[in-house]
Order: sequence, then structure tokens, then C-alpha cells
Amino acid sequence: MSTLIKNIIRFILLILVQVYVLDRVHIHFMVTPYIYFLFILWMPFKLGRTAQMLIAFVLGFTLDSFRHNPGFHAAACVLISYLRPFLINILIPQEGADSNYEEPSPKSMGGFMPYLLYAGVLTFVHHAWLFFLEALQFGNFWYFIIKTLLSTAISLLLIIIVELIFSRKQQFRTNTV
Amino acid sequence: MRNIFLFIRRFFNFIVLLILQVFSIYLIVHYNTFHNAVFSGVMNEVTGKVNTEYNKVDYYFQLKKTNQQLVKDNERLRNQLKENFESPDTATKIISDSIPYDTMGNLRKWMYLSAKVVSNSVTAQNNFIVLGRGTAQQLKKDEGVIDPNNGVVGIITDVSENFAVVMSLLHKDSKISAKLKNGGDAGQVIWDGKDPNRLSLTDIRKSAKIARGDTVYTSGFTTTFPYGLMIGTIDEIIPDKSTNNYLIKLKSTANFYNLQYVYAIENYQKDEITRLLKNANNKTNN
Repeated sequence: MSTLIKNIIRFILLILVQVYVLDRVHIHFMVTPYIYFLFILWMPFKLGRTAQMLIAFVLGFTLDSFRHNPGFHAAACVLISYLRPFLINILIPQEGADSNYEEPSPKSMGGFMPYLLYAGVLTFVHHAWLFFLEALQFGNFWYFIIKTLLSTAISLLLIIIVELIFSRKQQFRTNTV
Repeated sequence: MRNIFLFIRRFFNFIVLLILQVFSIYLIVHYNTFHNAVFSGVMNEVTGKVNTEYNKVDYYFQLKKTNQQLVKDNERLRNQLKENFESPDTATKIISDSIPYDTMGNLRKWMYLSAKVVSNSVTAQNNFIVLGRGTAQQLKKDEGVIDPNNGVVGIITDVSENFAVVMSLLHKDSKISAKLKNGGDAGQVIWDGKDPNRLSLTDIRKSAKIARGDTVYTSGFTTTFPYGLMIGTIDEIIPDKSTNNYLIKLKSTANFYNLQYVYAIENYQKDEITRLLKNANNKTNN
């Protein structure tokens, strides 16, 4: 399957799962798990940085339109897609892994720990920025901190489960690129 | 000049980030203007259609609860039928009809329009409900919405051709004028953004006599809701130390978790009242 079609299907599926399954979860009236931004985490390595940010904006905006509340998720998505290349540069171990593999995964990042760190940092930043923008309206500082930490933990757990269930086969391409 | 171009090229991604962030925050802050311009048309219809498809499945699983609510509602209405009341003298004839005048020449003020809930949320900080009824089916902006058991649900903020978006009570901008059943003190119902089905009642003086379990009604001061629709019952009373008011927590009458059918309330006299108020404002300003 071509990368484009694969990503379009992924986009639609993740948005639907987020809107119709996860948005209905509300643990202790506080924590809502997020998984739709896995689309950003899984975007191909070779995509241009500006394109990444624009696609991330579209993703966030789509979710926002389902919630009739434009801006919040779009802002968070754009921020993590901006930070993503820096993190990949720091965390990726072997020379040229980002041209040998198509997209970030435990295999292409060289182990589960670097990948977990990569997902963890981006999840935290996404949640922090999203809830910070929401907290500006309601203004409750401690609630915001606890909500961010708990939501990050739950979302990260979900990401690990998804990663274990749907293990993506990463082809090692020849390093002629 | 060359330096400027170099600067832009070097920090191009960062500038894109800034532009997109500023645009997002603009959307958050200027929510209403943008909402009217773009959302009413395209996004509303698109997300509305997807939501309708989903609701077909979701609705099936909630049939039992919906049925119970409707039976309760029917029972209440049946008890109001004129056959249940016997009057010794039948000089006046009661005609129940939906024409705007009754036999006494009174003008109909409120009209209830039923609508199906297509999508609903309680988990966000700003919650919206989407109804599968729009301008083509006589819904208008700024109408009040109640559930089958007469509990206030929210206010319609936006209507497209076939869908309407309701700002539920669980929204930071939601403010409903309310009244205590005992004593009649008026206040405002808002939401603190945490626990669904728990609202806050503000502006009640400490001299008011209140007790746990008291009913809170709509005040009828606004053009959106008639007098006497239930908003909730008092659950917790916290004396606010810094002001002369109580902070009251309400348990909402409407259960926001399982809304399936609601009623929108149209006010036939709304234009008249708003026109009067506008005139009064103009006069005082000049």
C-alpha cells in the first residue's frame, strides 16, 4: 500500500476512534485519553517540516470541528509536529536510520526505550499545551497540572498497547538514499 | 534586504509555527465570529452527517432509557388532559389546539419543538450538543433547549440548514438566570468546568433561606426560557468568605450523559421584547 493511502486511512480511523470512543471516556471527571495524535508521531521521516506542521494543523482542526470548539487541538498538534524533528535527531541512534526506515517505530528508533521517550515527551507537550489553553479559560492551576500528568500517563499506556497490538512491519530499505 | 530574506529562510519553520499558533489562538479567542462565518455552513453539515450515522448505532443501545423518559413524559401530559378534570359548569369550552390564540384571546408565547440529539459531549471543558433539526425545520438561534423531564439543557448557538448546535449548560460561557423555588431569590447558574451534572449557582445572598434539596427554577427574566423549568436541586452550600454570597452546588435535573430527545423552545414574543429593549437603550444613550 502506498504511503499516502495508508496515511489517509490512518487519519480517518484515528479521528473516528478519538471522537466516538475515547472522547466518551472521562475517568474521575478529569482524565480523557488521547490517541489521535499518533498520526503525527507516525508521520514519515522524509516529509518536509513545513508540510508536517500544515498536516498537523489539519488533523487538529478536524478534531476541533467535531467538538465545535476550533483552535485547541490544532494549536497542540502544530506544536508537537514542530518539536518532532528535533526529538528524532537527538534520539535516533544509528547513522542514517531515518533514511533506512520509513517512519518512527520501536524498530527504526533502535529499541523500545528511545521510542517510548519520543512518544512520552510529545504526549506530555501535547497535553500540557492543550490543557494550558483550556485552563486559561477556567483558571485552575493545580487541576491543570494533575490533569496533564494523569492524562499523559493514560495516553502513553494506550500508545504502548496500540504499538504492541498493531506492530507495523518496517521494511529495511537499502541505504542508497 | 538580503539579510531579511536570509533570516526568513533560516527561521522559516519557526515562523510557520508562530503563524499557525497565533491563528489557532485567534480561533479560540474569537470563537463566535469565526463560528458564524465558517462553521454554520460547511463544517456543521459535514460533522453533523457523520454524527447522525454514528448516532443510529448509539441510539439503539439507549432505547430502553429513552423509552422510560418518554413514558414518564407521556404520563405527565396525560394527567393534564382535559378529560381528567370535571367542572360542574360547562359554560366555557376548552379547545386544545396549536393555533396562536386560545379561546380567551391569549397569545401563544412559547412553542415546543422536539429534536433528536445527534451528538453530545460531557468530557470536554466546553461541551456542545448537536441536534438533527435546523432552519429548514423551524429551529432558530438563541432558543432554549430542555430534556423530556423539563430539565434545562442549554441554548442553541448556531443553526445550519439541517443541524443545530446547542451550547450545553456544561460550557464556560453558559449563564442561565435562575430562581429559588423557596424564597424566590434570583441568581445565575454557571459551570466550573469539572464535574458533569454538577452546576454552580452564584449571586445568592447569605440572607436567603436555603436548604439542601431545594429546587432551582428558570427565572423567566430572559427571552430564552419560560418561568419554572427545573435546572437542578441544591446539593451543597458553601458560604463564600470574601463576599456576602453563597456558593451553591446544584445537581442538574437533566442527565447530560444520556440525552436522546430534547425540546427546543421558541418564544413568539421575543422580537417584540428585544425591539423594546433596543429602543429603551437608544433613548438612554442619546
